[in-house]
Amino acid sequence: MGMHFLQPLNLVAGVILFWMALGLFGLLLQRRPRLITGLLFPAGAAGGVFLLLIGGYAMGDSSQTMVLGFGLPDLPFHLRLDSLSCFFLALLGSVAAGISWFASGYFRTMQGSALGLLCLQYHVFLASMGLVMLADDAYLFMVAWETMALSSYFLVTTDHHLPEVHKAGFLYLLIAHIGAIAILLSFGVMQGGHSDYTFGALREAHLTGFWASVAFLLALFGFGAKAGMLPLHVWLPDAHPAAPSPVSALMSGVMLKTAIYGILRVTFDLLGTPLLWWGALVLALGLVSALFGVMFAAVQTDMKRLLAYSSIENIGVIFVGVGLTIIFHSDGKGLLAALALTATLYHSINHAFFKGLLFLGTGAVLHATGERNLGRLGGLIHRMPWVAALSLVGALAIAGLPPLNGFVSEWLMLQAFLLSPGLSQPYLNMLVPVAAAALVLATALSAYVMVKFYGVIFLGQPRAENIRQAHDAGWWERLGLGWLALGCIALGLMPVAVILQLDSVTHALIGQDLGTAAKSGWLFLTPVAAQRASYSPVFFLTVILVVVLISFLAVRLFYTGRLKRGPAWDCGYPAQTARMQDTAEGFGQPIRHIFGPVFRTQVELPDADDLKPKYRVIVQDRFWHLIYLPIARSVEYSSRQIGKLQQGRIHVYLLYSFLTLIALLLLIR
Amino acid sequence: MSLIEGISYQLLQSLLMVLLAPLMLGWVNQCRAWLQNKSGAGLLQPYRVLRKLFHKDVVLAHNASVLFRATPYIRFGCMWLAAGIVPVLATDLPFSPAADVIALVGIFSLSRMFLALAAMDIGTAFGGLGARREMMVSFLAEPALLMVFFTASLISHSTSLTTIVQTLAHAKFVIYPSLAFAAAAFLMILLAENARVPVDNPATHLELTMMHEAMILEYSGRHLALVEWASAIKLLIYITIGIALFLPFGIAEAGEWSALPLAFGALLVKLLLAGSGLALLETLSAKMRIFLVPEFLGTAFLLAVLGLLMHFLLES
Amino acid sequence: MPITLSGQLINLLAALLLLIAFAMITQRRILSLVNLFALQGLVLGMSTLVVAYSTGQHHLYFSAVLTLAIKVVLLPWILHRLMRKLNVQWDVETLINIPSTLLVGIALVIFAFNLASPISHLAGTILRSTLGIALASVLLSFLMMITRRKAIPQVIGFLAMENGLFFAATSATYGMPMVVELGIALDVLVGMFIFGIFFFQIRERFDSLDLRHMEKLKDD
Repeated sequence: MGMHFLQPLNLVAGVILFWMALGLFGLLLQRRPRLITGLLFPAGAAGGVFLLLIGGYAMGDSSQTMVLGFGLPDLPFHLRLDSLSCFFLALLGSVAAGISWFASGYFRTMQGSALGLLCLQYHVFLASMGLVMLADDAYLFMVAWETMALSSYFLVTTDHHLPEVHKAGFLYLLIAHIGAIAILLSFGVMQGGHSDYTFGALREAHLTGFWASVAFLLALFGFGAKAGMLPLHVWLPDAHPAAPSPVSALMSGVMLKTAIYGILRVTFDLLGTPLLWWGALVLALGLVSALFGVMFAAVQTDMKRLLAYSSIENIGVIFVGVGLTIIFHSDGKGLLAALALTATLYHSINHAFFKGLLFLGTGAVLHATGERNLGRLGGLIHRMPWVAALSLVGALAIAGLPPLNGFVSEWLMLQAFLLSPGLSQPYLNMLVPVAAAALVLATALSAYVMVKFYGVIFLGQPRAENIRQAHDAGWWERLGLGWLALGCIALGLMPVAVILQLDSVTHALIGQDLGTAAKSGWLFLTPVAAQRASYSPVFFLTVILVVVLISFLAVRLFYTGRLKRGPAWDCGYPAQTARMQDTAEGFGQPIRHIFGPVFRTQVELPDADDLKPKYRVIVQDRFWHLIYLPIARSVEYSSRQIGKLQQGRIHVYLLYSFLTLIALLLLIR
Repeated sequence: MSLIEGISYQLLQSLLMVLLAPLMLGWVNQCRAWLQNKSGAGLLQPYRVLRKLFHKDVVLAHNASVLFRATPYIRFGCMWLAAGIVPVLATDLPFSPAADVIALVGIFSLSRMFLALAAMDIGTAFGGLGARREMMVSFLAEPALLMVFFTASLISHSTSLTTIVQTLAHAKFVIYPSLAFAAAAFLMILLAENARVPVDNPATHLELTMMHEAMILEYSGRHLALVEWASAIKLLIYITIGIALFLPFGIAEAGEWSALPLAFGALLVKLLLAGSGLALLETLSAKMRIFLVPEFLGTAFLLAVLGLLMHFLLES
Repeated sequence: MPITLSGQLINLLAALLLLIAFAMITQRRILSLVNLFALQGLVLGMSTLVVAYSTGQHHLYFSAVLTLAIKVVLLPWILHRLMRKLNVQWDVETLINIPSTLLVGIALVIFAFNLASPISHLAGTILRSTLGIALASVLLSFLMMITRRKAIPQVIGFLAMENGLFFAATSATYGMPMVVELGIALDVLVGMFIFGIFFFQIRERFDSLDLRHMEKLKDD
C-alpha cells in the first residue's frame, strides 16, 4: 500500500494539491511579504521541477486512471495520466519553475493583501492548468478550465485601477467564456446521447461523420479562442500587456498550450478518426494566424504587445503542425503524421520556453525602467548585461536560428511539408508545399521582428533619460531567466533525446512513432532516413565555436594594431543624438509599406512649417472593425430593443411572468 | 573512405573556399572594371585590402558592446561552417550530415541576424537604417532561397546537399524545367543577399542608397577585415551553391583523389564564367529604388514557388 | 514513367512559355512587352517544331513556320511601328500592384492544372502534361488584359492568349486542321489591323491611349 502512493498519477495530483496549499498559505501570510516571495514562490518552482521529472519519467508508461470520491453530487471526478498529459504536464512544470523563480524576485516590492491575493491566484492558476491536463471527464475538465480562466482573469486585472487593464480583462473574460461554451457544447455533441461524460465514454461513442465534424468545429472554436487563433485573437494583444510580466509569461507560455492540449485530445483521442478537410481547415487557419501575428508584431511599439502578437504567430505555426498531422493521419501516412506531430509538440514546448523567457525579460526591463514603450528604451545591454545576454538567447531561438530550439521544430515541420507530395489528393499535394512557402515567410519575418525587439530595447543609445539609471535584475530573476534560457539551449542541442521521449506521445495518439530519428546516434537527427535529411546541432555549434576561437587567437597572435575608443563615425556627421536612431515605428515601416492592405493605418503628418511637428501612426486590427464592432453594435441594439420591455411597474412584470407561465404550460402539455 | 581521408578532404575544401574567396571577389571586380573600360585594381586587390585592414588600429565607438566586438568572429565562423557543407569539389563530405539545405539557410540567417544587431549596437542613424533594410531584404530572400532548395529537394527526395548534387550530377541526364525557374529565382536572391547591384551597391558610401555598407560603417581594422572576408566567402558560397544545383557536372565523389584534378578544372572554369557573368549583370543593370526591392524579391519568391509547382505539373 | 528527350524538351519549352506569360504580367514597359511576345512566339514555334519532328506529323512543320513568320516577325514589327507612330513606348500603369497579380497568377496555375488533369489523362499524346500549362497561359494572358490600363498591352494580352490556345491545341491533339489554323492566323492579322486603326481613332478622340477615358463615352 505504501508503494501504491508513489504512482506517477498520485505524485502529479500531489503537486497540484501542493500548489493549492501554497496559494492558501499566501493568503494567510499576507503580513509577511518576505516569506511569500522568498519561500512560497521558490517552493512552487520546486513543485514545477518535480512535475517535469514525473512527466518525463512517466511519459513512456501506460496510462493510469483514478476516480475521486468527491466532486459534483453523484458525479465523481475522474483523473487520468497518459503520455499526452505527461508531456504537457512536463511543459507546465518546467516553464512554471523558471517563471516562479523569477516571480519571487519580481514581486518582492509588493506588499500586504495584494501580494497575498496574487500568490493565491498565481498558484490556483498553476494548479488549474495541471488539473486540465489530468481531467478524464468533461465535468472536471470544464471546472478546471473555468478555474483557469477566472484565476488568470484576476491575475490580468492585478492593476485594476487602470481603465485599459479593466477593458482588457473584460474582453479576455468574454472571449474565454464564449470559447468555454463552445467546448461544453462540443462535449455535449460527443457524448452522443448516452449522457455519460467521462472521456472513456466519449471515446466509445463513435460519432458519424457529420456529428464528429460538428464536435470538432465546436472544439476548434472553443480551444481556438483560448489559443488566440484568428479571428478569435483580439483579447490576446490586450490581455498579455495588461498582466504582470510573470503572469504574461505563464499565459503565453503555458496557458495557450492547454488549448493545444485540448485540440490534440479531442481530435486524436476522443474523436479518433479525423477527416482530411479538418486538417486543411486547421492548416489554413494556422497559416493565416502565423502571417497575421508576425506582421502585426513587426509594427508594434509596445514591447509586450509585440510579444503577444508573436504568440499569435507561434500558435499559428503550432496549428499548422496540427493541421498537417490531421492531413497525413487521415490519408494513412503514419510516419509523416508522426513527423508532423513531433514537430507540433516540439514547437509547443519551444514556444513555452522562449516566449516565457522573453516575457520575463520584458518584465525585468519594465521593473528597471518603468517603460513598456519601445520609443523610450535603448542601450540596456550596458545597464542590464544579464538580462540582455539571456534575452538574446530567447530572441535568437524565437527567430528560428540554429543551433537553438526554435530551429529544430521549424526544421521538422519543413521536413514534414517536403514529404507531402506522397499525398493522394491532387489539389492538396500541390497546395501543401505552397503552404510551406507561407510558413517560411512567417519564420523569416519573425527574425525581422526579433531584430527590432532586441535591437531597440537592448542596443543603441538610451532614448530617454530615466533609463540611464536602470539596474540589472536580481539573482532570483537571473535564476528564472537562466533556467528558461538553458531550456532553449538544451532543447536545441539535444533534439534526438527529446524526440525519443516524444515518441511515446505520438505513438499513443496516432499509433506511429519516429523511431528512425535516432538511428544515426544521438549526434545526428535523421527523422526519416540519413539519406533524406540530417541535422546535428552539436556538431554545428562545435565547428562555429572552434572557428571563432581559432580566428580570435590567430588575430590576437599575428595582429599588431591596437584598439582605441572614440566617438561613433556615422559617415562623419557631427552632433549625433539618441533621437536620430531608428525608432520602433521606423523599423516597422517597411512592413507597413509592403503589406499595406493588411493593416488599418492612420497617419498624421505635420505641416512643413509646423514649429512643433507631431508625427503619429496608428495601426489597427481590421478584424476589430470587420467582426467585433458590428457584433457589439448589434448586441447593443438588440439589448436596447429588449430594454423597451422594462416598464418600471410591478404589474407589468407580473404580467410577463404570468404570460411565460401560460406559454410554458401550453408547451409542456 | 577512411575517416582521416574524409577529414583531410573536408579541410582541404574549407581552406580552399576561405582562402580563395577574396580572389573571386577580385575577379568579379576586375571584370567589372574591364566592362566599364577601366584598367582595374588587379585580382589580388581584396587581399591587399584585407592585409591593410588587419594591420590597422581598431577605432571602437565609446558605447560599443561585447555583441559588436564578437559579431565579426561569429560571422566568420558561420561562413566557415557553410563553406564546409556545400559540395564544391566533391560530394559526401564528413561535415555534410551536420547540416542540410534548411540548416544552411539557417547559418546564413544566424550570421545576418548578428550583423544586423551589431549594426544597431552603436545607435547611429545609419546603423539602424542598414539593419532595417538588410532585414527587409532577407525576410523576402530567405523564403525564396528555401523554395529554390525545396524544388531541388523534391526532385532528389532529400534535403541533404550531398544527395541533391549526386542525384543531379550523376544520374541520367534529364531536363528539369522546374530548375530553370529555380535558377532564375536563385540568381535574383544571389544578387540581393550579397548586396550586389540592382539591389545594393557594394562600391558606394552614398548614405541614402546603402544597405550592407550602412551596417558595417562603424567597423574598422581587424573587425572590418573579418566582416569583409566573411562577405567574400558568402559570395563564393552562393556562387558554388548555384553551380552545385544548376551545373553540377564534373564533381567528384569524396575519396576519389583521381577525379579531383578534373573536378578542380571544371570548377575553375565554372567559377570564372560565373564571376564574369555576375560582373556583366551588374554592369548592365542600374540600382533600383529601395521600394522596388520588395517587388524584385517578391518576384523571386513567386518564381521559386512557380518552380515548385512546375515540378508537380511536369515532372511527377 | 521515363520521358523521352523530345518530351523533356517540350516540357522545358512549356515551362518557358509559362515563364514568359508571368514575365509579361510583371513587365511595366510596353517595348519589353512586345519583345516578350515575340519571344513567346519563338518558343511556341520551336515547341511545334519539336512536336512535328518527334511525331512525324508533317503539317505541323508548316504551322510552326507560319507561327514563326507571323508571331515572331510580322506582328512584333507591326506593334513596333504602331508604338513609334503613337509614341507610347514607356510605362504601363497596372490596376493592381504586381506582386498581388502574381499571387493571383499562381492560384490560376494551380486551378488550371487541376482543371486540365482529367482531360490530359484522356489525351494520349506525349504532351499531355503540358495541357495544364497551355490553359494556365491562356488564363494568365486574360489576367494581363484585365489588369492593364493602356490599349496596346491589352492587345498584346489578346495575342498572347491566342498563343496559349495554339499551344493547347498542339498539346491535346497535335494541332488543329490546317484550314482552321490558316483561318486563325488570318483572323489575328486582320484583328491586328483593325486594332491599329482603333488605336489611332482612340488617340484622336482622347489624346491618349488610356482606356479609362472610354468611361466618358457612357455619359455622352
